Amino acid sequence: MSGATKPYVTVRDLRRVFDVSRPWLNRVLENLPKAYLKAVDGLSFEIRKGETFALVGESGSGKSTVARMVVGLLPVSGGDVTIDGISMTGHHDPAEKMALRKRIQMIFQDPYASLNPRWRVERIIAEPIHAFGLLKGADVTKRVGELLTLVGLHPDDGKKFPHEFSGGQRQRIAIARALASSAEFIVCDEPTSALDVSVQAQILNLMRDLQKEFGLTYLFISHNLAVVRHMADRIGVMYLGRLVEVSEGKRLFSHPRHPYTRMLLDAVPDLGMTGRERQMVAGEIPNPISPPSGCTFHPRCPLANERCAREAPAMLDGVACHAVEEGRSA
Amino acid sequence: MSDPVISVRNLCVEFVTRRGVLRAIDNVSFDIAKGEVLGVVGESGAGKSVTGSAIIGLIEPPGRIAGGEILLHGKRIDNLPQEDMRRIRGRKVAMIFQDPLTSLNPLYRVGEQLIETILTHTDLSPSAARERAIALLAEVGIPAPDKRIDGYPHEFSGGMRQRVVIALALSCEPDFIVADEPTTALDVSVQAQIIALIKKLCRERGTAVMLVTHDMGVIAETADRVAVMYAGRVAEIGPVRDVVRHPLHPYARGLMGAIPTLETDAERLTQIPGAMPRLSNIPQGCAFNPRCDQAFDRCHVERPEPIEPQGENVEPGHRVACHLYTGGEGAR
Repeated sequence: MSGATKPYVTVRDLRRVFDVSRPWLNRVLENLPKAYLKAVDGLSFEIRKGETFALVGESGSGKSTVARMVVGLLPVSGGDVTIDGISMTGHHDPAEKMALRKRIQMIFQDPYASLNPRWRVERIIAEPIHAFGLLKGADVTKRVGELLTLVGLHPDDGKKFPHEFSGGQRQRIAIARALASSAEFIVCDEPTSALDVSVQAQILNLMRDLQKEFGLTYLFISHNLAVVRHMADRIGVMYLGRLVEVSEGKRLFSHPRHPYTRMLLDAVPDLGMTGRERQMVAGEIPNPISPPSGCTFHPRCPLANERCAREAPAMLDGVACHAVEEGRSA
Repeated sequence: MSDPVISVRNLCVEFVTRRGVLRAIDNVSFDIAKGEVLGVVGESGAGKSVTGSAIIGLIEPPGRIAGGEILLHGKRIDNLPQEDMRRIRGRKVAMIFQDPLTSLNPLYRVGEQLIETILTHTDLSPSAARERAIALLAEVGIPAPDKRIDGYPHEFSGGMRQRVVIALALSCEPDFIVADEPTTALDVSVQAQIIALIKKLCRERGTAVMLVTHDMGVIAETADRVAVMYAGRVAEIGPVRDVVRHPLHPYARGLMGAIPTLETDAERLTQIPGAMPRLSNIPQGCAFNPRCDQAFDRCHVERPEPIEPQGENVEPGHRVACHLYTGGEGAR
């Protein structure tokens, strides 16, 4: 990977606000204001071609919302996503945008919900091919067979329905569908969370093999730190809709800087049983409708002072934390 | 080891279906001592939860206990009439379920549910029961328990709800608790809090715990001993440190290698080919033989019994059901 080249995916100041107000009549009768939830609040990151960038965080941190905005399933409230020089959000030539869409695909968490149960597998996998008008007639069948072989299934499996497959096999089908339009950039939203560990290992290995073979770029969303460590070249840690730390993969685990990252790493059950001393995590992720002032992590942070409660920290050199900036973190 | 709180002897559980009898648990035996946490791991369909439900007497038709014994303090409880079992359940044995939202009744305040349980099983007066409920909520780490006791389940976060469920399980100071995936629905930071809580309560009260989970990390962190289940059978059982560091059964070894960890740097994860067999289609001999790369003739015909391997450098009490260790032809 030539690190100095321009990034493949650029996300700038991405925002998403959900209107979670009560219905109009309730608001009038109960004299309530409108309520908004900032699911993603000013997120910026870059992904280089051929690398795996992971977003990790607890539930409610906004990981999946980012994934959906990056592939264009959810309109953005602000900010911009640029993929290979073409802005997804701005005014660009529709034909160019369409061509770009073809190169982006998504793999979802639940392989039981993401495959149409009434369609045969061959139709599911061929859908992107038909949607983009890539191939016709017998070529489609041949291509579907190739794709099935590629993900470790048999070409004859195309005649079956999704319910005839196990969870891991369904996820393979979802991967085959993602590859059908020769996508280069795949957004994976918790691709193995619904799977057993031995099957998870199969899928993670498959995803790595395919990345090597086709030079795929992954945006990998997960709550599982060990999986992220195994897969990612670079990792962004999210907390309440913001990035708190971005770091090279292994470095995040050897030298975590943000207090939240440290806390998260401490909380992971330790299979090695090294008997390390751990700092007990206090509290839970707050309600995102009324997030804490300043740095949203300050009520749980052992290093917080009054500046943290007042002022939101900016991302400096890969970490957004006043304590790190001021050198208060040991 | 002192007298076990719970002994399971050759337990078999079957489900009668239209397509025949499915054996979900096949000849499972283990003991759990006072104050001990036995972790039970395995993939979906391995029979972990069914074992837990069987012990606590919650197997519903068409399921039935088809053989074996379950002993609580040396007395059989698997053949008790419904009424007697109901008295034991909650009082002597309790259960913590995976999803705290579905195991609490959304229409009742958490306090009412706690007090109801306490009144059912003890002679306390209603006001004393309320005191007791508040003390329990405080013990499981719920802030301002005297106010929160009047809250409804939906007013609690996931982690707090699971604490309430734990308080409910502890309300009558049971001797034995089945915790079925108690942290699976929770975030890692909350999971760590709940694990620490279960460990602490178990140590302080001397409760025996059967911790069912698919997360090996949780087991490594919490359990004293671990049983690895596969297709309704115990493949390997032993002290947690020994099993995690030196797994003997090929399945257990594959499972450990398949888990990405924060310490190791494997380029590829160990891959066990295939998937767990369906209950209707469990292979002859060792259930793992079609996926095992070390299987030999005997594995296809004869089912291995759990034994303590001779000559291997293992801790006492570490038993494995695998022909590789039974001696004779093909063994190492």
